[in-house]
Amino acid sequence: MTSAKAPQAQGEGLRQAMSWLHTWAGLVLGWVLFAMFLTGTLAFFRPEITHWMQPETPARQAPMPAAQAADLAQRYLARHAPDAARWFVDLPTPREPELGLLYQVPKPAPGQRGFKRVKLDPATGQEVHARQTRGGDFLYRFHFELEMGFPWGRWLASIAGMFMLVAIISGIITHKKIFKDFFTFRPAKGGQRAWMDGHNVLSVLGLPFHLMITFSGLVIFMAMLLPAGISAAYDNPRAFTNDMFPTFAQTKAGPQAAPLLPLGRFVAEAQAQWQGGHAGRIVVSHPGKAGAVVSVGREASERVSYGRLAPSLQFDGVSGALLARHDADSAAMVTAGTVIGLHLGLFAEPLLRWLYFAVSLAGTAMVGTGLALWVAKRRQKAGAAAQQAFSLRLVDALNAGSIAGLCVALAVYFWANRLLPAELDGRSAWETRAFFIAWGLAFLYAFARRARMWPDLLALAAGLSLMLPVLNAATTARHLGVSLPAGDWVMAGFDLAALASGGLLAWMAHKARKPRAQPAARPARARAALEPR
Amino acid sequence: MKPDPGAGLARYRWAVASRVAAAMFGGYALASATAACLAVWLPMARVDAVVTAMLLAFVVYAIGVTWVFATRTAWRAWGGMLGPAVVLAVLFWAGRPAGLA
Repeated sequence: MTSAKAPQAQGEGLRQAMSWLHTWAGLVLGWVLFAMFLTGTLAFFRPEITHWMQPETPARQAPMPAAQAADLAQRYLARHAPDAARWFVDLPTPREPELGLLYQVPKPAPGQRGFKRVKLDPATGQEVHARQTRGGDFLYRFHFELEMGFPWGRWLASIAGMFMLVAIISGIITHKKIFKDFFTFRPAKGGQRAWMDGHNVLSVLGLPFHLMITFSGLVIFMAMLLPAGISAAYDNPRAFTNDMFPTFAQTKAGPQAAPLLPLGRFVAEAQAQWQGGHAGRIVVSHPGKAGAVVSVGREASERVSYGRLAPSLQFDGVSGALLARHDADSAAMVTAGTVIGLHLGLFAEPLLRWLYFAVSLAGTAMVGTGLALWVAKRRQKAGAAAQQAFSLRLVDALNAGSIAGLCVALAVYFWANRLLPAELDGRSAWETRAFFIAWGLAFLYAFARRARMWPDLLALAAGLSLMLPVLNAATTARHLGVSLPAGDWVMAGFDLAALASGGLLAWMAHKARKPRAQPAARPARARAALEPR
Repeated sequence: MKPDPGAGLARYRWAVASRVAAAMFGGYALASATAACLAVWLPMARVDAVVTAMLLAFVVYAIGVTWVFATRTAWRAWGGMLGPAVVLAVLFWAGRPAGLA
């Protein structure tokens, strides 16, 4: 090897190694990543989806003033949870105008959860009576817990996230001509080339977002993933949690009863301290006891930084004295809070939220096209013989089941929400069961009808999506004919998004239906998964 | 990561498996050691040092995993993960706060 040639040879070797790493790091958990990306994308509209799934809740109104809402929450909690160790109150916001209450049940019965959650209608002070559903929360939770028990789902999601991060880094190194590639799209060339170009455009277009969302996803679970960092400096992980999230710090209470001051006054004082900033969350430790502490945290959507790291004030709940003030303004906290806040996107106002949604959808499609590329590349390389290869058939069926099948399952989830009787026992569990049954059947279909799986599953998902607004009209009085004139953009937005998704899926199904025999047909068929939603 | 025509396929597969293990477990050891070492050495408030250490540890992990597949042999990959991990663990040991196990 001459010295002039060595660096180049080294470079080519590196690119080859990175290409290998990119291919396999992307494939191994690609199906999990696709599901995480798609449900996570939808979760940017978590409260809006929940609202659509509970059509009984009134259309959004301006939120009740925070101090007044806090007093309302206190009245309810004092009556229903006087012995709770802690109360958590989420004050009404424009996106979630209901009062969200959560309290710690002192001694839960075995098998019962230690926390009880209630939603109050601020207008009446009563619990919101709507059909039982997990709504957008299901998509949000599935995105990082994969409906597995704690902590397994979170670990699997985090490992998938690490694979994603490695796939992104190795993908960048593989592409020496990253900017030139960005302007290259050759759908007419077909096969592997078209897939590669589509994958590149989707990846490079949103590269900063993809890197940010993947890295920040890991950071959210850093305490679980890297306990070594904490145990290196702390005896007790709880002490770290208390330092990190002073709003939630656990305190000791005296045994004797002492009346809690009205929560509204703490909210008013906090908002005065923040000079117009809004209070978002109240945590009351040991309500009704001596030593009660009231923490008021600032509304998360007012800053990029993550809500649990938002500035907060701690008051003595009995005397009203200010105990501590946390502005969460050290460089490390601002950095960590911003990284996590960027992932959650709670700060994003409507337009930016839609941009988040669009780029995140491009990320979903990046994973989807990457999976399809794996198949297209090998099929093209090996010609007709490859059609028979077990690994190709397996990956192709898994792709169809996880990409098109998930779209079917999501549509079925929304259908179940409208079709299951509102008073059914265990209703919300049946909704998610319908989701998983539909997904499972889609996988079975993918393995049973390999030749038809892509067009059939995509057409089914398209039909179910397109019919959602019709189903909504048939079962509620808040269909497009009502919501559009009324300017009810939550209900109308969901219906319109369902129509748009249905249209996109129908187009993909149409592309996938082309006969396979033609040379140009294979890419078209495979392109079906280009934009899964 | 193409099979070396001189070596057998089984040997190649073992080398790949070894690298995967080096990346996942060696990389995790390196990330944990990084987090522990920086958590005690960074000149910041304790909670800030821990958070900064964990943020940086993820970057080290990701770059470490990538490097494992870029380096020439699986042995070097293991060495590149565990060597620095041991050094960082010793540094953590030297700098750990009194009273901690």
